[in-house]
Formats: sequence, C-alpha cells, structure tokens
Amino acid sequence: MRPGTLRLLALLPLWMFLAGAAPIGLITQLSQARIDINTTFRGAELLVFGAIQYPRGATPDQLPDIAVVVRGPSAPVTVRQKARIAGIWVNAQAQRFESVPGFYAVAATRPIAEIADERTTAIYEIGIRNLQLSPASGGDDSIVRRFEAGLIAARQKAGLFAERPGGVQLTRDVLYAARIALPAAVPVGDYAAEIHLIRDGRVLASTSAPFVIDKSGFERWVYVNAQEHSLAYGLAAVSAALLAGALAAAVTRRRW
Amino acid sequence: MDLYLPIAEMSVNALVIILLGGAVGFLSGMFGVGGGFLTTPFLIFYGIPPAVAVASSATQITGSSVSGALAYWERGQVDVKMGGVLVAGGLVGAGMGQALFRLLQDLGQVDVVISLIYVLFLAVIGALMLRDALAGLAARRSGRSPATRARRHLPWVAALPWRMRFPRSGLYISPLAPLLLGALVGMLTAIMGIGGGFIMVPAMVYVLGMRAQAVVGTSLFQIIFVTAATTLLHATASKTVDIVLALMLLVGGVVGAQFGVRAAQAMPPDRLRLALALLVLGVAARLAFGLTLTPAEPFALFEGA
Repeated sequence: MRPGTLRLLALLPLWMFLAGAAPIGLITQLSQARIDINTTFRGAELLVFGAIQYPRGATPDQLPDIAVVVRGPSAPVTVRQKARIAGIWVNAQAQRFESVPGFYAVAATRPIAEIADERTTAIYEIGIRNLQLSPASGGDDSIVRRFEAGLIAARQKAGLFAERPGGVQLTRDVLYAARIALPAAVPVGDYAAEIHLIRDGRVLASTSAPFVIDKSGFERWVYVNAQEHSLAYGLAAVSAALLAGALAAAVTRRRW
Repeated sequence: MDLYLPIAEMSVNALVIILLGGAVGFLSGMFGVGGGFLTTPFLIFYGIPPAVAVASSATQITGSSVSGALAYWERGQVDVKMGGVLVAGGLVGAGMGQALFRLLQDLGQVDVVISLIYVLFLAVIGALMLRDALAGLAARRSGRSPATRARRHLPWVAALPWRMRFPRSGLYISPLAPLLLGALVGMLTAIMGIGGGFIMVPAMVYVLGMRAQAVVGTSLFQIIFVTAATTLLHATASKTVDIVLALMLLVGGVVGAQFGVRAAQAMPPDRLRLALALLVLGVAARLAFGLTLTPAEPFALFEGA
C-alpha cells in the first residue's frame, strides 16, 4: 500500500467522526401548506425549496444530488384491460393494486438512474417505476407488470404521475428549489413532500413537509353537503331544477 | 371560462357545458324531447365520470321538463291518473335501475353497457321514427291523408286484467300495462340519465293507444317525477349529483329551448320528424362506431373499486 493511501485511511475515522457529529442536513419549506380548490381552480404549482446544511458550512467539491418526491393520498385502484369481444371493446381482465398514490411527482437534479442504484431508489420509492403499488396476489408476474405499466401510463397521461429529471435547481451549491405542477384533477387529501439528499448513491439526509389539498368555499360547501346531508342535497338539487324550469315557463308564458 | 365541478372533481369549460345545454335545449324545444340521450353521451365523451353524467343529466331534465309540462297542464293536456300510474311504475323502475347501475359499476362495465343500451334503443326508435316520417311525407306528396291505424292498442294490453278508465287519455285498459311501461322507462332513467320521452311517447301511442293530445303532456308530467326521484336516488346512494353541472346545463337549455320552439314553427312537422329520426340514428351510429373503435387507452382505471 502506498503511503498516501495509508494516510487517507487514517483520516477516515476522523472524517466519520466529524460527519457523525455534524451530519449533512436539509432545511425545507413549501410555498403553501394548504392548496385550496375553489371554483376557478385549474391546477396549481407547488414550490418546494430549502437549503443544504453542510458540516461546518463547507461546500464539498463533489455536489450532492437532491430528489424531491411529492405524493398524495393512496387508494386501491382496479386496472381493467380492454379487449375486443364480438367486435366491441369491453373491460376484460382486471388487476387490483392496493395502494396507488392519487398523485406522485418526482423532481431531481439529474436522471434518477444516475443518482443512485435501483436498490436505494426502490427503498425510498424515488421514481415512478419504484412505486410499491402492492398488486393483489394471485396474478402472473408478467401480467402484473403489464397492468402496472398500463396504470402508470394512464396516470402519467392525466398528469397525476410525473417525473422530472433536472427539475431541481441548485443555487450556489446550497439552495435548492423544485416546482411541482399539480393538475386540476388532483385528488383532495393529505400530501407530503419528501426531500432526499443523495451522494455516491447513498441517501445521506431526508426530510419531509406535509401539505393539504382541499376544496374550499363554495366547492367545499357543496361537496360536504352532498356527502353528509345527501337527502337534503338531493332535494335542493331537485328544487333548484324545478325552480329554474318554472322560472323559464313564467318568462315565456306569453308564448303559450 | 374554466369552472371546477365540486362533485365531478374536475375543471370544465363552462362555455362548452352551457353551449351543450343550449344545443340540447334547442332540440328539445324543436322536437319536444328531453334531450337526455344527447346530454349523457356528450358529457361522458367530455370526460365527466359516467355516474356523475347520468345523475346530473337526470337533474337537468327535471328542470327542462317543468316548463313544457306547465304549458300542457294549462291546456288540460295532462292525464294525471295515467301519469300517476306511470310514475308509480317509474319509481319502482328507477330503484331497480339504480341497483343495476351499482352492480355494473362494481363489475366495471358501466360505460360499455350504457353505450350498448343507447345504441340498441336509439337504433330501434330512430328506425321506427324514420319509417313514420317517410310514410307521412310520402302520403302528403301523393295527396292522401296518412293511413289511420286499425287497432287502438296491442292485443296483449287489452287482455290484461283489472281494467280501469282513463278519461283524458280515452282509454279503458288495465293499469298493469302503463305500470310496466313506467318501470321500464324509469329503469332507463336511472341507468342512462334520460327522461325517456323518446321511448315513452311512441309507446304511449303505439302500445297503450292513448289519445294523441294527452301524450306529450302526460309524458312530461311523468318525466318530472321520475327524474326527480332518480336525482334523489343518485344523491343519496352514489352521491354523484353535481348541482353545478346540472344548473349550467339548465341555463343553456332554457335559452336554447326558446330558439328551438321558434325554429320548429318554421318547419313542417313531417320534415321535423324526419330530422329527429336522422339525428337519433346519427347518435346511435356514432356510439356504435365508438364501441368498435380500438381505444386509445388499452387500460381503464377504477378508483376504490
């Protein structure tokens, strides 16, 4: 062994000690803690930003990577493949997935495959292909994979699953920011933004910030009433319709 | 102008929805049909979840039927007794339809079945109307009055027991026939989000043999109650009535109906019936074509199912 290498090895415990004493950290902040869906809601943009806290404030030569994952409430989803039966396309074979996030977006400083190996990204569920959708048992593995691909494609088309390599900007090696687009079709519920700091393929620090997407004002009022006072809501809908019809009849009375 | 629908949970272009309501209102003013058979497929095509489209369309029809029914009521052209029997059947049918709708939802086949039923009914009704309209046009051209029907109503209707008198309709028949008819149409209301006027009116004339003057008014009378009940059923059971969507459709529909009535007065009735027949057949053909078309998305997602 060359002396240089030996010296480096000797330094290793010291480095580990220092790193352990003052580990690399993440500070994070969201542009909004609550996103309201109101009458004019056409989607929103969430800004996830913050700073990297290096030990003793020294920026290293090799910059770490940042991955920002935003995920919405999970729900079971049944995927059905369309098949032609007697010339007509019907929903045929089905596969159920127990936990599919209603929204999932990942932004990173580089393509995910370049940041970390499959094992690490799978553990932290970084990247759409690494989502653990919990397929219901019983299916053939290749069939499950086919349905999973179909599910992901459909969600991606709706803008509900998104992956943006290069979506995280680093400023002065310390500040990071990512803009996550939330389409108009986002489900309501509890969301979380997870920020992972990755270097040499290892996740060195993670932090998360919760936020809520909920209907507000009139939309919320209508929704809550439809759910909790459904009979009154139904009666109100019928009355409103009857009133509108009667009003129209009154206006046009001269005709009849 | 984009508007977020609280129940459909999506953003729609309010102008498109109001224009759709207007176009359907125009047709309903022109032909005296509710137009649900156009509203529901279009809403589904636009991306509104089928369950919401069906339920909200039913709510809209309640409103649009009221003005017409009131007009007929003032002229004494509503047979309340017959209407009551039809409503009774309709309520039972709507309940069954709602249960069937849920079953289809669980099976994940609701969109396919709705389309299939539409194709079937629209094709049959459209063909019947086309035959009638063409016969009428031919008769007028040759100067003859259209042939009068030899038989009042179908023989099996006359054979049913417990006959009752329906003076306004000029009928002495068993209430079982209108009860069954009401149930069938009520079921379709719950499944397809239609008023069913385009099935009810011909059936009242050809199956029951009702007096022509009372047919449209009584049909509208029945539609109000059955669509209102359907709205309540969907609101309480599946919670899929979008009041914002329904009211937008109504606003367009009320205005459109005015223009429709005006347009109809400038058109000879046989031409009008021919146009309606072609429209119905056109919708059926479009839906049938859509069913055989290779879908752009080979997979469909069903949340929570």
